[in-house]
Amino acid sequence: MAAPDTYPRPWRDQTDPPFIRIKSITKRFGDFAAVDDVSLDIWQGELFCLLGGSGCGKSTLLRMLAGFETPTAGVVEIDGQDMSRVPPFARPTNMMFQSYALFPHMSVEKNIAYGLQRDGLGRAEVAGRVAEMLKLVQLDGLAKRKPHQLSGGQRQRVALARSLVKKPKLLLLDEPLGALDKKLREETQFELMTIQDQLGVTFIVVTHDQEEAMTLSTRIGVMDAGRIVQVGEPRDIYERPGSRFVADFIGSVNLFEGEVEAAAPDFMRIRTAEGGILVPPEAGFGSREKVAVAVRPEKIRLSREAVGADNALTAVVEDYAYMGDCTVYKLKLPSGRVVSVTETNGFGAEPFTWDEEVHLGWPAAAGVLVRG
Amino acid sequence: MTISTHVSGGGSHLPAPAEGLGWGRWAVIAVPFLFLLVFFLIPFLVVGGISLRDPMIARPPYGPLFEDGAFLGDLENYLFLLSDSLYITAYLNSLKIAAISTVLTLMIGYPMAYAIARSPEPRRSILLMLVVLPFWTSFLLRVYAWIGLLKGNGVINNLLLWLGVIDQPLVMLQTDFAVYVGIVYTYLPFMILPLYANLVKLDGSLLEASSDLGAGPVTTFLRVTLPLSLPGIVAGCMLVFIPVIGEFVIPALLGGPDTLMIGRVLWDEFFSNRDWTVASAVAIVMLVAVVVPILGLRRIAERVS
Ligand SMILES: Nc1ncnc2c1ncn2[C@@H]1O[C@H](COP(=O)(O)OP(=O)(O)OP(=O)(O)O)[C@@H](O)[C@H]1O
Ligand SMILES: [Mg+2]
Repeated sequence: MAAPDTYPRPWRDQTDPPFIRIKSITKRFGDFAAVDDVSLDIWQGELFCLLGGSGCGKSTLLRMLAGFETPTAGVVEIDGQDMSRVPPFARPTNMMFQSYALFPHMSVEKNIAYGLQRDGLGRAEVAGRVAEMLKLVQLDGLAKRKPHQLSGGQRQRVALARSLVKKPKLLLLDEPLGALDKKLREETQFELMTIQDQLGVTFIVVTHDQEEAMTLSTRIGVMDAGRIVQVGEPRDIYERPGSRFVADFIGSVNLFEGEVEAAAPDFMRIRTAEGGILVPPEAGFGSREKVAVAVRPEKIRLSREAVGADNALTAVVEDYAYMGDCTVYKLKLPSGRVVSVTETNGFGAEPFTWDEEVHLGWPAAAGVLVRG
Repeated sequence: MTISTHVSGGGSHLPAPAEGLGWGRWAVIAVPFLFLLVFFLIPFLVVGGISLRDPMIARPPYGPLFEDGAFLGDLENYLFLLSDSLYITAYLNSLKIAAISTVLTLMIGYPMAYAIARSPEPRRSILLMLVVLPFWTSFLLRVYAWIGLLKGNGVINNLLLWLGVIDQPLVMLQTDFAVYVGIVYTYLPFMILPLYANLVKLDGSLLEASSDLGAGPVTTFLRVTLPLSLPGIVAGCMLVFIPVIGEFVIPALLGGPDTLMIGRVLWDEFFSNRDWTVASAVAIVMLVAVVVPILGLRRIAERVS
């Protein structure tokens, strides 16, 4: 299945030392742990996405890397150097703030030039690099404006340009593209990936947008309540969620709760309200353990005739939503549970309609066993 | 009248309440307007009128402005101000003392305002209250207290003598030094409060952004904090500079005979010489002359925002 590719994935074999090493870092505000014992290694040139619900500690983790928050416990190492005593202005990092933090008394170009001037670069070079950045974020005409004369999306682009212009070793972007329209967002995503490729800059990007995380990142770290619950390549996170939370958080999923009934060498059977469901064998689950089977909507097949799949059920179409390229069906099982199934809209096939009885099936390999 | 009828009316005519609001607005504006008219413009015109008349031994001590339909006013009093160097010296000296004490209050007040604005909440309120605490006692009492501190056998001299730092009492009272001490002490809250109001609004993430982009604390202060606090600096400087120019009590009580300030000259002219016409001319010149630096400061404030 895996074609040999030359794309570097140093996190797979872990022979190279990581560029950023976060060792059991904790940040407490009072008794509340905003970041709780997080350990993470990130390699040079990665574009690492932090994904998680609001308030789960993403910004706090980023701010500790930038040096604005002192960890209550734990250590951050960048490029082999312990950052504990290094102030923000001496760190090889630049951050794009979630609130943008543009200097209100400076024009767009002065905002972007600020960091370069601190490095003592010549006037001509500063002007050249600022112009380059303005072009990148498509703000050429607005160089002389003050931040309060810009729209929300334009401000976000200035903030992005200001953090990119110094081309630091580590770029920390806190929701860099949230306020941009779809087209500009895709263009900027592409630019980010180009910058990352060309300069070997390491990115850590916080985002709420799963799709963005999937397309952008080399790896994703999913956070929940101050902890990193899973780290992996986008495909791993989506196909092999390590927990019910991750399965539920990334993409949509059908969860069938039940308990482990039988374990054979080539499959396991889970007893659920819908009957026995077969999944690939998974180590570490004991008999009668409470589990859930996660099945993605696009992995379930629908048909009008009975299907010979590992897992086969019948249901009634309760509702459907036509999305253009696909249709999402809400199907009611005899048990009362509603499952969603995504069908690609090819041609020829007669679409299912309300109250129609359908057969659904999926192979054992499409299911993932998660705890809970 | 309900909102829905207002909306469906399409705004073709204003509903009745809006007209009532118009009257209300005029009433609100009229109050300060009347106040300024009665307590500023009319007295200003009266004083201006007196400054054009001739002095006379009478009660009040000046001649009429009109007699038999002829206008008797002239600019003689103003020319007199120019002829006697006392007035020019006093005016320039007032400007100098006001300028120096404004700079001093700024230098002392800015770090205090900054520290208060950056301190955590319960402490901040306490510090702010300490700044305004002196207002709870009479201004005159506080200036007299400084006499007790600064005089030849006052608290400071006695302490220094006792410590052996000096063996002769320092002459501090009735010098320019004492005047500066008095002015800076008295006007410090007027500098701190507007600066505090400005600095407390300063967004901490801007300082973080500056630091993140490679600026050390000093550069961050000069490039971000200072420019953003300029409106507060201008407001504080105006609140100190303007009243200090006309300050009378502090130079009179703490200053020596050679501490010439225009407020004191004005007082002497009115009450010692009873020359109301010249005194009025001094008052008018002072007022006009204060406007010039104010306009300068306004210009700075506008350029900033
Ligand atoms: N200075 C602070 N004092 C107290 N609590 C804080 C502070 N900063 C953050 N927190 C708390 O820490 C938790 C994590 O905050 P953080 O800003 O890291 O969330 P986030 O994951 O970035 O969320 P969002 O996606 O909404 O930006 C939140 O519950 C927040 O209320
Ligand atoms: Mg955040």
